[in-house]
Order: sequence, then C-alpha cells, then structure tokens
Amino acid sequence: MDNSDLAQGLAAAPVQAGAITILYFARLKEALGLGSERLPLPPSVATIGALREFLRARGGAWEVELAQAKPVRVAVNQEMVPPHTRLNPGDEVAFFPPVTGG
Amino acid sequence: MPVRIQTEDFDVGAEIAALRQGNPAIGAIASFIGLVRDANEGEPVSEMTLEHYPGMTEKALERIVDDAKSRWDIIDVMVVHRIGTLRPCDQIVLVIVSGAHRGEAFAACEFVMDYLKTQAPFWKKERTPAGSRWVDARSSDDVAAERWAR
Repeated sequence: MDNSDLAQGLAAAPVQAGAITILYFARLKEALGLGSERLPLPPSVATIGALREFLRARGGAWEVELAQAKPVRVAVNQEMVPPHTRLNPGDEVAFFPPVTGG
Repeated sequence: MPVRIQTEDFDVGAEIAALRQGNPAIGAIASFIGLVRDANEGEPVSEMTLEHYPGMTEKALERIVDDAKSRWDIIDVMVVHRIGTLRPCDQIVLVIVSGAHRGEAFAACEFVMDYLKTQAPFWKKERTPAGSRWVDARSSDDVAAERWAR
C-alpha cells in the first residue's frame, strides 16, 4: 500500500464515501450557472486534471469555461494545487479564475 | 486573529492602535491601504463587487502573514480585506506591519500585499457604462510576487 492508497482509505471512512464537493467562484460560477455540486467520484477520475476533463465533457458553457486555454485555478481542501494532484472521496474541490483581490 | 474579512469599512487609526497596544518594543509601523479607483483600463468604474472563498481566503491570508513573520524580524501583522459592493474612494484592503525598525516593516508590508494579490482567493467585478465585467488578473502582479520567491 503506497501513501495515496492510505490517504484514500482514510478519506473513504466518512458516511458519504465516494462523493466529492465541487465549488465554482466568480466568472466560472456565473458562466456555469452553478455555485456548488456534490458528485460521486467517477472511477476514471483520479486527478484534478482528469476531473476538469470530465466536467468539460458536459459541453456548452462547461466546454468553453474549462477549456485548456482558459486560465483556471484549482484548490483541493482549500489549498491551491497543480493538475496532477490526486483526488480522494470527501475532497472539497474548487475551480476559479486567477485571483484579483487587494 | 491577524486576518479579518468584512463588508464594513475599517478605521485605520483604530486598527493601528489595536496592533500597537502600547508595545514599547515597536519602533516602526508600515501600512498599506488599497482604494477603489474611478477608472480601470480606460473605462469609468462606478462600482465594484468583491467575492471571496470563505474559509480558504482566511487560511491563505494567515499563511501569507506567517510567511512574512518567518522572513523578516517583525513584531506583528494585521490584514483587513473588505468584500461586497464598494464605490470609488472606498477602502478595500489594509495591511499593517509593526517592527523594531522601518526596513523590515516596509519590506514585509509590500510582501504581504504582493502575495495577497496573487494567492488569496478574492475576485473583483466592476460596473462600467458598458455593463459589468470581471476584472482580469494582471501579469504585473505575478511579476511583483515572483520578486520574493526563494
């Protein structure tokens, strides 16, 4: 068992095992018409990059807003992460545009 | 808590007094105040709305403050950032850094702002005569933050 298997095993413990929460902010929330959703983690989706592709395949605004050319940032459990980051059941994933505070 | 996110305005004098608390070790206080301008990219701006990611925004700011404290010999840091709808001349953000000497306080204050601009999840939408638009991130902000990379 490597570390990712261990993390998966621990994260799978909660009642709603298998599902992730996805949040959308700012331009993305507006364009997709959705602020958040619960999604059973598809077996084929192991990483953030794969999740982005999975969502993009919904077509329409999803295809436009999540296209590879679009600057989209991703956070897992409230930490910004790169696309190869592994997903685990129970994760809170957020998609948003580059930040513009201050 | 070194970080506060709020819709209400803030009183700079009161915030500085709270950070000082009469501490005689403090020899310097540097502060930055960000304000809403009445124009952006050649268009008049009548209003701006700030959105954030509750929970993550606080964590990101706290990490930036911790990072500043580990890099410079400073005493304390306070960050106040507003959300909601703001108008030209309104205050948006306040960073205060206290320390024994000005050099470290100035540097840490600039660092906190540069990192806030690129790492803290806030998004601005502005209203112009042509309608509302999301503000695009600036590459000059990335360049400013990269100065501190190590």
